[in-house]
Amino acid sequence: MTLVKTNLNRRSFLKVSALAGGGMMLSFSWLAGCKPSSEEALSLPKEWFDLNSYIKIGDNGLVTLMSPNPEFGSNVKTSMPMILADELDVDWKNVIVKQADFFPERYDRQFTGGSQGIRQGWTPLRTAGATARQMLVNAAAQQWKVSAEEITTEAGMLHHKGSGQQASYGEIASLAATLPVPEEINLKKFDAFHIIGTSRKNVEGQNIVTGKPLFAMDRFQEGMLVAMIAHPPAFGLKVKSVDVAAAKAMPGIRDVFTFQTLSDDYERNGFDTTTFTELVAIVGNTTWEVMNAKKALTVAWEEAADKNVVVKGWNGAESILIPGGIESTEGHKTRMEEMARKTAEVLRKDGDPDAAFKKADKVIERTYTAPYLAHNCMEPRNCFAHVTADKAEIYGPIQAPEFIMQALSARLGLPKEKIQINLARMGGGFGQRAYGHHMVEAAVISQKMNAPIKMIYTREDDMTYGIYRPTYTATYRAALDKDNNLIAFHVKGGGIPEHPVSANRFPAGAVDNYLAEGWKLNSNITIGAFRAPRSNFIGGAEQSFMDEVAELAGKDPIEFRLELLRRAKNNPVGKDNDYDPDRYAGVLQLVREKSQWNEAPSNVHRGVSAYFCHNTYVAEVLDLVIKDNLPVVEKVYAAVDCGIVINPDAARNMGEGGIVDGIGNALFGEMTFVDGVPQKSNFDKYRLIRQKEAPKAIEIHFVQNDLEPTGLGEPLFPPVFAAVANALYKATGKRFYDQPFVNDLQTSEMRM
Amino acid sequence: MAIFNLNINGKKQQVEVDPATPMLWVLRDHLQLVGTKYGCGIAQCGACTIHLEGQAMRSCQLPVSAVGEQAITTIEGLSEKGDHPVQKAWLEHDVPQCGYCQAGQIMTAAALLNSNPDPSEEEIETAMNGNICRCGTYLRIKAAVKTAAAS
Repeated sequence: MTLVKTNLNRRSFLKVSALAGGGMMLSFSWLAGCKPSSEEALSLPKEWFDLNSYIKIGDNGLVTLMSPNPEFGSNVKTSMPMILADELDVDWKNVIVKQADFFPERYDRQFTGGSQGIRQGWTPLRTAGATARQMLVNAAAQQWKVSAEEITTEAGMLHHKGSGQQASYGEIASLAATLPVPEEINLKKFDAFHIIGTSRKNVEGQNIVTGKPLFAMDRFQEGMLVAMIAHPPAFGLKVKSVDVAAAKAMPGIRDVFTFQTLSDDYERNGFDTTTFTELVAIVGNTTWEVMNAKKALTVAWEEAADKNVVVKGWNGAESILIPGGIESTEGHKTRMEEMARKTAEVLRKDGDPDAAFKKADKVIERTYTAPYLAHNCMEPRNCFAHVTADKAEIYGPIQAPEFIMQALSARLGLPKEKIQINLARMGGGFGQRAYGHHMVEAAVISQKMNAPIKMIYTREDDMTYGIYRPTYTATYRAALDKDNNLIAFHVKGGGIPEHPVSANRFPAGAVDNYLAEGWKLNSNITIGAFRAPRSNFIGGAEQSFMDEVAELAGKDPIEFRLELLRRAKNNPVGKDNDYDPDRYAGVLQLVREKSQWNEAPSNVHRGVSAYFCHNTYVAEVLDLVIKDNLPVVEKVYAAVDCGIVINPDAARNMGEGGIVDGIGNALFGEMTFVDGVPQKSNFDKYRLIRQKEAPKAIEIHFVQNDLEPTGLGEPLFPPVFAAVANALYKATGKRFYDQPFVNDLQTSEMRM
Repeated sequence: MAIFNLNINGKKQQVEVDPATPMLWVLRDHLQLVGTKYGCGIAQCGACTIHLEGQAMRSCQLPVSAVGEQAITTIEGLSEKGDHPVQKAWLEHDVPQCGYCQAGQIMTAAALLNSNPDPSEEEIETAMNGNICRCGTYLRIKAAVKTAAAS
């Protein structure tokens, strides 16, 4: 057992009723729909007792667990409460899960992103569950006049063997809720888990398959107006003048006006975007009417000048230049090629790479590129807002509510306590919904209209707004000695506006002479987190290169990587290597075994790839066949080390999604620009992977261990890009360096 | 504006709207049947799929004036208790991630099985190819369609 001090996470243990704003309002509408199981469960209690912010126990033993993090599809709404329920020792069928709204005073961390939900929620949630359990035990001890140590719990029941007494949590909860929070509690031994590690269905499954209103897009309120925005059609443009007359005269239209989202002197945080800070709002009665009026709107745009804004990041406030000017993909390519030839910032240097390259027997150099990507969440950006003179209610899709609060408060002129952000289920996020500009826009429009409004982006607005995955390039060089040992390795990566290099990752630590360099170019095209930022490019580039180096060395690609990992373990180079060579090797060995790597079927073209990012180790083998000149992914094997797996089937679902998404973006993902205008604005041009292109089968295998859990939303994604490239090489004899691969496939015999 | 008498999920519904209004927005804005989702507005993603006389139809491209007396079924009316074989199969395979596209996927799958109760793997892929899932749940979708077909 692990003894933890509860005061580390004290705010989670405050009683909700003791907080400003009073107790949580529970309504029957959600209670009816949120039972995680269709098994016969308890009915609704007459009274609920708060044991802490996360846990309420009904007088009949029914348990409500609050899921703290916003849900965007990674299934935290099921897996995080599973952690609570296990330590609390309740029967999952008697659990109701409710989405917590944004209450930083009640919950430790309400951020969905970076694959950190489970990893960072693990100890706080276990502690919250165990603390509530201990309070129930202490209450029973007091009532039965026995020692708390002699009381055991199981499935929502308290037992005292000596006296033969027993009671349900529901019977004891009213007393337990009045007891002090224990200073210290013991967490369970891992082998005592009975919910963690077992597959539990999505608690929202029934609501999803029956079309219940779960998304902000579905919000309806009496008197609510619908709003849309018009943003500049190109990066580098701003509003010059607006002729609102025609749009305003359209049926059902209430108002058309320009508005500022953030003022130029506002000190931003890293999640306040700089994309378009002046927009045109069109507000009316219904979506269709507003869509039509938007088409009738005449806006004159003009080029924006250079602008500086202050952004306060981890390293303090910084003045950031948003350059004026109109940019195009062609121009980007030229500038990036120029930069790649110049001297770059040295991020890490081990040994003497220059000398090693000079004395090498063989040297290989390859350059990889990737375009901007749009997130394309299936739910376009939208938000409900109701702002009155003294308070604001905001309900929308947001991964990082904490980071948009400052902008809302500053822009609305309301203190943070008067702004309530409620967390809608998100129709996808992938990093993009960490940027809450849509919340500010909706709130400003509501404030101006003095009415509740639902603001909706069209798909075109959504795809052309920005916050893209950046465009990157990386040039790799490797040197082999005459015995085919890797003696030097060099990566020089750049991008707009950031470089993708993580200097301390593999193969750093495994090569005596190592150099990592990075450079970046500025732009007015905005970027943001996108499923495994930077890793989603550099992982694929590195692992494609490794495949080619292994081939040059005449070595099996898995064995070549394992050889390097043995070196990193036994005699590591440098001090800051950010990976555990054993766990890295572990996933490679597991995928080798599960894919029967050494006995590959002859008609199948295989690519392997492995990557470590976001605290989780992944290795993948992708099998591809060519049918009618068309590459078909027959099967993908993944081996994953993320420590303890909370909800295995849901974890596999997440992994499958990452793999499918990775294949799709490797083959098709691309956003380009001409004169600042995004060249794709809907799914007729922006190609997303579809059912026919998905792999025919995926097997996900987890390394079994007792290590603390890490996340899965991102780690399976980056390595797929190389697994696809390496398999395509086997199939076509051609290496694929430039994403999306469909561009090069089209010029070969293949059609896609 | 004109008055339309619609037959939706077995119920008569009257709306007064612009005749060009797509059924998607009639359902969502006027009838609060929000299970049918807006994804692209140009019939490319399938999130808005409904049934028109049992056939899968993209409601974002279907003007209300073209519907007449034809029966419309939305995800809310696919079954009374959420126990249509396709819905049950979706739960059995725990298909959804974010869930936004799933009503459209389910409606497409249900229409496929209406017309072809025992589809081949290829027929499933072809029928489901018009429905995008950004989360990448395609394998589970296919498995669930097979399960529903077998039930």
